[in-house]
Amino acid sequence: MSDWLDFFWRSIPVFLNGLWVTLELTAVGLIVGFGLGLAAALGRVYGSPWVRRICIAYIEIFRGTPLLVQLFLIYYGFPGIGITLSRMMSAYLTLGLNSGAYQAEYLRGAIMAVSEGQMMAGRSIGLSRLASIRYVILPQALRLVIPSWSNEPILLLKSTAVAFLIAVPDLMTKAKLIAARTYDPIGTYLAVAVVYLVIVGLLNEVMKALERRLRIPGLEIESHKP
Amino acid sequence: MDQPILKATGLSKKYGDNVVFHNIDIAVEQGDIIVIIGPSGTGKSTLLRCLNLLTKADSGKIWLDGTEITAPGHSEDEVRQHIGMVFQNFLLFNHLTALGNVMLGLTKVRHLPREQAREKALSELNRVGLADRAGHYPGQLSGGQQQRVAIARALAMDPRVMLFDEPTSALDPELIGEVLEVMRQLAMQKMTMLVVTHEMGFAREVANRIIFMEKGSIVEEGAPNELFLRPKFERTREFLWKITELYGHKKE
Repeated sequence: MSDWLDFFWRSIPVFLNGLWVTLELTAVGLIVGFGLGLAAALGRVYGSPWVRRICIAYIEIFRGTPLLVQLFLIYYGFPGIGITLSRMMSAYLTLGLNSGAYQAEYLRGAIMAVSEGQMMAGRSIGLSRLASIRYVILPQALRLVIPSWSNEPILLLKSTAVAFLIAVPDLMTKAKLIAARTYDPIGTYLAVAVVYLVIVGLLNEVMKALERRLRIPGLEIESHKP
Repeated sequence: MDQPILKATGLSKKYGDNVVFHNIDIAVEQGDIIVIIGPSGTGKSTLLRCLNLLTKADSGKIWLDGTEITAPGHSEDEVRQHIGMVFQNFLLFNHLTALGNVMLGLTKVRHLPREQAREKALSELNRVGLADRAGHYPGQLSGGQQQRVAIARALAMDPRVMLFDEPTSALDPELIGEVLEVMRQLAMQKMTMLVVTHEMGFAREVANRIIFMEKGSIVEEGAPNELFLRPKFERTREFLWKITELYGHKKE
């Protein structure tokens, strides 16, 4: 028992190391995905027919195929067309592209939820279309999107576990290592599950705080019932 | 007489087979207060939107201060700075305070320094009697207050002419007065205005010209006294009779 405990203590840094990589994957995927998602959402709502088609194709392809297939295509498939990416880069890119497709749909919904009149009002004082989007539509849409968008960091955090399959040293990879050494897969994976759960809980709180903080006084449409 | 501030000739608009208005000529001179009346669905609102290019007319030409704004290559955004617009449902920017609403055009269209924009915005809010509500968001204001902020937002751009699209139609009866009062003051300050409204009392008292529109055409136009007391056309008479029955007759 003391052996096990000893090993447990020694595992903690390894664990934290993996956790850090998992958080990195989540953060980068989320940020890259946000940029791509915002561009795709704007393109889909305001773009010319061709831009719209390209955005729809991107969104549908990445939402319609398994994340794992996307990851393997990028990591194992890209070298075939002359693009070789490191494990980490492949994971970042895949998660970013995948998350972007989902975020695009959340953002599109929020942009469409801002009434058309807001655009008209912006144009009426001489703002260009682009300026109206930037100063009138987006500040409202980005607030409206928070409740549905809150799912994305949580889903993405859990999705990062696929990176294990191309041997990115994330939480899952480290867990497998520890489980193999301790011969205690149940304990180890339970610990991993708890770690994921705690982070999801924290993310939830952050989202709620963000929503509260950015609430527009007097405008109740975005808040759910207490 | 100088050239009209806003002039349109042969303006037509249809959606599919549905003719919204056809072959409208209109000229707004400096200091004019023109009220357009007529049954709903006559194309009055669409006409206003076409005049400041929010909606594209199918044919016809529009001039602002003698410059043809429907000419190809003319900047729409530039035009709209000079034509103020007030909407039936206010359309304030929900995420900005009253002050922010009035300031946005000043900082992002006219690129005034923040402090200067703020000062100007406050003075416009003061003009509509809402300086004390500068920090309130639209959702915290009554309908009448929202509409007054919307008027201040348009005024802040120093427009050559103000277009009002049924500015009191979405308001509770007790809130109509404050908005009309602001518009009356604007009239006294010689603001050039083109107003679509059902407020016959306001039309009679403030306007120098009334235009009666029906089914997409101008049926009759003239001075308020002429048109209200001696309408030339049977249709005008019928409409005026109906509307006084509906809204009550205001005897002065």
